[in-house]
Amino acid sequence: MKKILKLKKDTRKNLITYGMIILAFLIVRFLSASGNISSAFRGQLVPICVYIVMAVSLNLTVGILGELSLGHAGFMSLGAFTGVIAAIILQGSVSNPLRLAIAMVLGAVIAGIAGLVVGVPALRLRGDYLAIVTLAFGEIIKNIINTLYVGIGENGFRISMVNAESLNLGERGTVIMNGPMGAVGIPKLATFASGFILIMVTLFIVLNLQNSRSGRAIMAVRDNRIAAESVGISVTRYKLMAFIISATLAGAAGALYALNFSTVVARKFDFNTSILILVFVVLGGMGNIRGSIIAATVLTVLPELLRAFNNYRMLLYAVILILVMLVSNNEQLKNMTKKFKGFFKIKRPSDLKGGTARE
Amino acid sequence: MGFLSYLISGISLGSIYAIIALGYTMVYGIAKMLNFAHGDVIMVGAYMSFMATAYIGWSPLASVVLAMAVCTLLGIIIERLAYKPLRNATSLAVLITAIGVSYFLQNIALLIWSSNPKSFTSIISLDSLRLFDGQLIISSVTLVTIAACIVIVYGLTMIVRYSKIGKAMRAVSEDKEAAQLMGIDVNQTISVTFAIGSGLAAVAGVLLCSAYPLLMPTVGAMPGIKAFTAAVFGGIGSIPGAMLGGILLGVIEILGKAYISTELSDAIVFSVLIIVLLVRPTGLLGKKISEKV
Amino acid sequence: MSSRLLKTPMVPFPSRAIIPARDLDKPPILEVSRLGIDFGGLAAVDDFSIIIGRTEIAGLIGPNGAGKTTVFNLLTKVYQPSSGAILLDGKDTSGMNTVQINKAGIARTFQNIRLFSSLTVEDNVRIGLHNHLNSNVFFDIFRLPGYWKSERQAHQMTLELLSIFGMEHMIHYKAGSLPYGAQRRLEIVRALATKPKLLLLDEPAAGMNPSETEELMRNIIEIRDALGIAILLIEHDMKLVMGICEGIAVLNYGRIIAKGTAEEIQTNDEVIEAYLGEKKEA
Repeated sequence: MKKILKLKKDTRKNLITYGMIILAFLIVRFLSASGNISSAFRGQLVPICVYIVMAVSLNLTVGILGELSLGHAGFMSLGAFTGVIAAIILQGSVSNPLRLAIAMVLGAVIAGIAGLVVGVPALRLRGDYLAIVTLAFGEIIKNIINTLYVGIGENGFRISMVNAESLNLGERGTVIMNGPMGAVGIPKLATFASGFILIMVTLFIVLNLQNSRSGRAIMAVRDNRIAAESVGISVTRYKLMAFIISATLAGAAGALYALNFSTVVARKFDFNTSILILVFVVLGGMGNIRGSIIAATVLTVLPELLRAFNNYRMLLYAVILILVMLVSNNEQLKNMTKKFKGFFKIKRPSDLKGGTARE
Repeated sequence: MGFLSYLISGISLGSIYAIIALGYTMVYGIAKMLNFAHGDVIMVGAYMSFMATAYIGWSPLASVVLAMAVCTLLGIIIERLAYKPLRNATSLAVLITAIGVSYFLQNIALLIWSSNPKSFTSIISLDSLRLFDGQLIISSVTLVTIAACIVIVYGLTMIVRYSKIGKAMRAVSEDKEAAQLMGIDVNQTISVTFAIGSGLAAVAGVLLCSAYPLLMPTVGAMPGIKAFTAAVFGGIGSIPGAMLGGILLGVIEILGKAYISTELSDAIVFSVLIIVLLVRPTGLLGKKISEKV
Repeated sequence: MSSRLLKTPMVPFPSRAIIPARDLDKPPILEVSRLGIDFGGLAAVDDFSIIIGRTEIAGLIGPNGAGKTTVFNLLTKVYQPSSGAILLDGKDTSGMNTVQINKAGIARTFQNIRLFSSLTVEDNVRIGLHNHLNSNVFFDIFRLPGYWKSERQAHQMTLELLSIFGMEHMIHYKAGSLPYGAQRRLEIVRALATKPKLLLLDEPAAGMNPSETEELMRNIIEIRDALGIAILLIEHDMKLVMGICEGIAVLNYGRIIAKGTAEEIQTNDEVIEAYLGEKKEA
């Protein structure tokens, strides 16, 4: 009986999350159709979807696995440029929605492979190494993309690290990536609907993973590594699993993001972007998927509304990071805030001293 | 001559990394945390020295003393307000807080001094050293930087090895609880460690901006991360390791810039980190730390 | 405890040492010979040899700092031994890591409780069942039939295991919020979920009151009888050790100073001097 109640509770929680996204999508669609949405906000729709996916996927690493990644934007970057290259190469050969889908899948795969390459050395180690390695990785990606010239022309697909001329694309060639200028001439394939679908897919993957054998193993590693090993759970395997899934989703989000603009530069996906996404996760609550969605949406929409406030935005983010951590991790501060949240209290063990009394 | 000149500027840059890395490595060894804001303390130190010399007209030496005093105080305040309440929290929570502090310092600096780069006048105004009939010129900043690094590493090693607070530091780094039981004030020891690390950061900031004279609120971020890489490279927790790692990293960076690619020099430096962690996770001079079960 | 116990001479492996008579015709579950580890030149455990029968309840006692928990850490490969051999069910365990040791059949609890404290009681047990559930990450994400089957199975087994201590009603509580005694019991359940052949209990009665300890003693015997496994426990509560352990080894300064039955240990001069002498309340 309890099991059914429990299942219902978990499922209900997830259904609310899915429902929230579907409802938001429908409302925006309706408002958009009736012409009630400003063009500025319309331009924000795809980025909002992208940031939601970024936040949810980072939450998999930070909240559910309990490791800090400071290079989430690096995976986004890889996905973005892979997606752009794929979309331009496929120009004219497949329909636009399919082209977008392929671009996103390829972006995801490349980012996932990068996740494996970064994760293997970093995740074997304890402590803060993953944070610093992912940070380094983000910088490496930015550096390399800044020196990369990619094009397609009469000699086919060409890559160079010297300059655009050395690509020898011929008369009708197209430069796809132009070193520090980034990717240019990007087809605008991204749509709000595709963003909505990516969010749903991300939620499906992350929420299903969380409530499963693999997800429990990941959380076991987070809660107590030594105990997890003692019950036969391979720590590295599950750390890698979570990290790679997280990187893969970031790659897909990156592809969607890039295909929403006509040009995109590597600088866009720097350390500050990684931190911004971390702020979404921390503010929404680590491990709390719905919180990430709300935080990503609000913090993406608000700055546009409060432009005057812009100078203080980053400062505010810094304060958010510090205060949320202090309040949620310091016993004294925790007790102080507990008084304000009596409603959300977990069942206390003192209730069950009497044995089987409850129900 | 070209190679020799690159090598010397590599050692000089590496000396700055080494001084910063000392702060990371000491704090990591004793408080077991990555003080992400360390790089930004460097920036604060550089601004202090800049303001003292450019606006108030202090002598360079006095400005360095001021910078050290302010940074030492800043280090202690950061530790008290942000890190001490999290002594028993997960390393994830501490790290996120540290990133928050780093961001906080950068953005406060941005509000105070704006993002326009200030041109920093070198605090060292000695003549350059000319060798081999002027074929090899070594600037005085380079020489002072290298000398400062040697003096600091020697001094710190002596302090850690022989002084009372040094012994307390080693005890706390081995086993916090046991040290406490032996009557060592753990909180005070950690504070002193932060104070020393931050004071050194001020020196590093002044030397860094003397060699690369553009002062911005983000000036400390990248050297900070590279210095942490250097600390890991040399073996986190080890003072000679920080020096070795710092100098090697500086040399790799300058030689990479000179002979491979300017744009990729950062990528090369960070690849070193990933390779080190793959091949020798404890670093060149580090020792294995095992968790108590 | 009706079993007749063989007297232990001070002869190490491969003597039959102490094994309950009922286990004599079967190969022992654990044979440890001359196990040792040193930390920076200091021998924390030295020349440790022990044999444990298939269904034996054995005790490892000794003063604080004698190296008892270190022995557990060596058996489970949290530390790699610097010398000696560990045969589990006749198989050499050298080169195995903690995860492989658990898969090979050793499960343990920890002196300082290590639960997955932010997860529920049910999740803690289900994590223990990890290697006995037939699902994988693709089944999990795409909710294929394999997922549902394994979840149902997990729930059933979780309830069965929790019923050992009558804890079924607690499945939805957060492990970290349980009372101390319940946390210790949950750790045992989680260890049992991995279906071990040998269960290592590190101070299972610590922090329990006398009546709880008595119940625990009954539980331990029940577990052994129901599952037919061997149990090796570290405990300071002499009533528990003398009450249920068929063979007892006494450790001092990392070395075994005596092995035998409860009576033999209690009358051993060296043991009295090293251990019982200072803690006569046993």
